[in-house]
Amino acid sequence: MPEQALPQTTTSRADLGELEQEIARLIVQGLNLPTAPEQIDPEAPLYGEGLGLDSIDILEIALIVSKQYGVVLRADNQENERIFRSLRQFAKYVAAHRSK
Amino acid sequence: MQALPLFAHTRPDSVLAYRGGRPISAHRFLFDVQELAQRLPAGRHVLNLCTDRYRFTVALAASLISGRCSLLPPAHTPEVVRQLRAFAPDAFCLTDDADCTLELPLLFYRESDVEPSPMAHAWSVPRIEAEQLAAYIFTSGSTGTPVPHRKSFGKLVRCVQIEAARLAPIGRGGCAVLGTVPAQHMYGFESTVLLPLQSGSALCAERPFFPADIGAGLQRLPRPRALVTTPVHLRSLLAADIALPPLDLVVSATAMLPLQLAREVERRYAVPLLEIYGSTETGQIAVRRTALEENWRLWDDVRLELIEERCWAQGGHVEQRTALADVLELRPHGDFVLHGRLADMVNLAGKRSSIAYLDHQLGSIPGVIDGAFFVREDGGTSLAGVTRLAALVVAPTLEASAILQQLRERIDPVFLPRPLLLVDTLPRNETGKLSQHMLRALVAQAAARVPHLFA
Repeated sequence: MPEQALPQTTTSRADLGELEQEIARLIVQGLNLPTAPEQIDPEAPLYGEGLGLDSIDILEIALIVSKQYGVVLRADNQENERIFRSLRQFAKYVAAHRSK
Repeated sequence: MQALPLFAHTRPDSVLAYRGGRPISAHRFLFDVQELAQRLPAGRHVLNLCTDRYRFTVALAASLISGRCSLLPPAHTPEVVRQLRAFAPDAFCLTDDADCTLELPLLFYRESDVEPSPMAHAWSVPRIEAEQLAAYIFTSGSTGTPVPHRKSFGKLVRCVQIEAARLAPIGRGGCAVLGTVPAQHMYGFESTVLLPLQSGSALCAERPFFPADIGAGLQRLPRPRALVTTPVHLRSLLAADIALPPLDLVVSATAMLPLQLAREVERRYAVPLLEIYGSTETGQIAVRRTALEENWRLWDDVRLELIEERCWAQGGHVEQRTALADVLELRPHGDFVLHGRLADMVNLAGKRSSIAYLDHQLGSIPGVIDGAFFVREDGGTSLAGVTRLAALVVAPTLEASAILQQLRERIDPVFLPRPLLLVDTLPRNETGKLSQHMLRALVAQAAARVPHLFA
């Protein structure tokens, strides 16, 4: 079976919610954020306002998801604007591209 | 007066830059520079915010040949832009970001769609007077007003010529130089823009960000190729286990490179890794191969002097006698050993500030009665090895989020406290000093109350 077809068909809505919470926990822990994981609004932007992350945080998040899920982020990815729009979008991207 | 060439490339078809792996010739560069110089508005001071390094370099060169001075401030917060306007009322901003909303007259960079005809211009490299004021580079200062440091073209060139002699593959010319640091930062300005220009090497328009981007960026370049980067990016490359194509040199600066990291990079990528020491005030002044030597080797004509335990640099390209923000132990023949920063200084992601400056900014927020920044000693969770700051604040009428919002207007986001904790009072002794012991005790109390902040 082609590799990229797998996750999208096996990630249900409930799994995505769980993944969202798991990523929220990893981000809050990894970045020492002054907020509880369950308090992150899944629709709020990750950058600037919203969670208030800066570019070093984004680099840190890239390392976290590469280690945890084998997802490789690239700056020239056309989808980046959407991926970083919110925790929900980010979790969707990870679900679709994870290799572990 | 002596005039120096704008760049060292000797032929019109010499490669001066790469974008997306495609070469850009010195002839094309000169065409772009001359075209832009004609479009510049009347102001004599240029805030060059182009994020594409080729465009930054075109804008810098256009400013130089038209006698304009570049402004390189430490941040681009609304407060800093206000201060820049006060410093240079005729300043305008040259940007390649269509969404730029800076409160300055804006000129947008425009890619020329005209191909320069090889016969249209006689080939001659413009020369710039060594005495010409090329740039003001600002440090954040300790009282809230950025401090300007004058950089003449001649001194900038002299500095990177010595650098070129120390960085063999780049100094020989014809080397592709990929940088992960912005051109607007002193290290990036010198090592990713001026160094390739003045050594006949080639700069790269891109600024790779994620570890995978660095690998892909290098892959597109011919050899010899060099990577100019920081400890944070090097640690990220190793943490993400990124393979790199064979490369000829890695250069690191902005923060102390840990010995283990230096050795690991040299081993993993089979490449010499040189570490540069410098500051915004002095420019770069020393280099060492961290994996193999403890001693730093000073630029030939720069001198260091210890006066009452403070180290001062002068001579060579250093414009005026300058106190360094680090503790140095001087050795014979211009060598020295670096023992870390002075107590009050912090350096995060290549941005330097002082606790005194950050405290001053915090204290100037209406409603803040007292407040103190400090470096967290428990922040060992970062995969990229970045330390963050925290702050304790006494402000009975304000929410933490409102204080953060105000700080965002005043200081670079990298220094925003994580966390910012509201307390009833700060543990000051009778002379007004803060006891580090008491600070840590307060943080421990807060940690017990809100454990997720201290995971």
